[in-house]
Amino acid sequence: MRDIKVTPIRNGTVIDHITCGQALNVLRILGVNENNIDSTVSVLMHVPSKKTQWKDVVKVEDRELDPKTVDKIALISPNATIDIIRDYNVAEKHRVVLAPRVKGLVRCGNPNCITNKREPVEPEFAVDNQSPMVLRCIYCDRIQNNITDHLI
Amino acid sequence: MNFQNMDVVSIRDFNREQIEETLELSREMLPYARGEKVTRMLEGKILGNLFFEPSTRTRLSFESAANRLGAKVIDVSQISTTSITKGETLADTIRMVEAYSDLIVLRHPHEGAARLAAHFSSKPVINAGDGAGSHPTQTLLDLFTIQQEKGSIDGMNVVILGDLKYGRTVHSLAEALTLFGAKLTFVAPEALQMPIETVKHVENMGGNITCTNCIDDVISDADVLYVTRIQRERFPDPAEYEKVAGMYRIDIDALREAKKDLIVMHPLPRIDEIAPEVDFTPHARYFQQAFNGIPVRMALLTLLLGGSL
Ligand SMILES: Nc1ncnc2c1ncn2[C@@H]1O[C@H](COP(=O)(O)OP(=O)(O)OP(=O)(O)O)[C@@H](O)[C@H]1O
Ligand SMILES: [Mg+2]
Ligand SMILES: [Zn+2]
Repeated sequence: MRDIKVTPIRNGTVIDHITCGQALNVLRILGVNENNIDSTVSVLMHVPSKKTQWKDVVKVEDRELDPKTVDKIALISPNATIDIIRDYNVAEKHRVVLAPRVKGLVRCGNPNCITNKREPVEPEFAVDNQSPMVLRCIYCDRIQNNITDHLI
Repeated sequence: MNFQNMDVVSIRDFNREQIEETLELSREMLPYARGEKVTRMLEGKILGNLFFEPSTRTRLSFESAANRLGAKVIDVSQISTTSITKGETLADTIRMVEAYSDLIVLRHPHEGAARLAAHFSSKPVINAGDGAGSHPTQTLLDLFTIQQEKGSIDGMNVVILGDLKYGRTVHSLAEALTLFGAKLTFVAPEALQMPIETVKHVENMGGNITCTNCIDDVISDADVLYVTRIQRERFPDPAEYEKVAGMYRIDIDALREAKKDLIVMHPLPRIDEIAPEVDFTPHARYFQQAFNGIPVRMALLTLLLGGSL
């Protein structure tokens, strides 16, 4: 039995199994906001989940999110799944996977890092580990251990 | 092995073979570094020294190394100080400086500056220290010193003492020593002990590590005692600093149980971590170590600029 808390959508994308509390950050990473979307976005926070106890879910209507952008979600929600909905059915399903390098998404937490000094570079991290997520600044070599607070 | 146009930002940029080749060439450089033999191998090359903060020793050591190889050195730091006041980015300064020289030696107060410089420069960049970040030529000369003085690094029992928490050069040294099969003992007051992530990282590399806060427990097994400075700034209370610094001070008495052939190293400058009386014992190697900065930097310059003996 499908447990659908919002009206089923005909076409769009469901981001499921988001780490509880991260739904709004997911939208931030996707760059989805009131200025650039003209369809419905539903955000479900703190819904029961079979796999973990609680999860967040985001549903974006009439838009199939690009898998490359969507993979960035892995930064804050490594277990998220992406379901592409076509004609009310789940047409595609995939898990988010993070590229070995993360560029321009997170600021370095080291205030003395050169990337925090108005230089013309985007902060960039090597993914040392996916779970738990360990990002290492490729400039100053520091480990970034508070990703959500440093999202750009 | 091709080193040409490689950047030397972190010791991690080297694999073990590259480190070995650098140390081997450093050994061949010794008579030239001492002035017993003369070479003009890098004649016509220009080294650009770009120092955003004063570090006379490191700057002069690169300068001496370059001169021994017949290369010219220009100090381009002047343009950095004038441009900085105009708010120029490091990226732009680097694009300027690379037009003036064949290789850039950079010292900068911000961590990651050398990596950034390497991104913007088509000429090789050597990191001569960036903030609390790495200082790979120090690590190389430390390895070279142990290899020269002990014959090998493999199996050596290296005791590293002092401020192990904040000193990132010590973290790189620990990694590099592990790569070469040394056993490590970290001696520090609780508050300044090696960060647990670094210990784990080194253990994952196959490192054999002991941590303690008492030098007396471990001195008798040591082959190398590497002393680092305990910085006054780390202690809000000056009395606490004096107490801790006193406990970790190396004098002849602290070495009474040491092996005959123990060597004592220190990156210098020392304040009072090592008593001057130790200078006259056969253990002292820190001045030799400082000298070793010359052949090691000569070797690096040669490898990066494609010279040959
Ligand atoms: N037409 C639809 N409109 C809105 N949401 C939908 C629609 N179809 C499916 N979903 C949602 O998409 C997600 C995936 O649906 P699916 O039927 O694959 O569930 P599942 O078998 O539980 O999958 P999983 O193993 O990924 O949890 C669920 O959260 C479901 O509520
Ligand atoms: Mg489900
Ligand atoms: Zn950084």
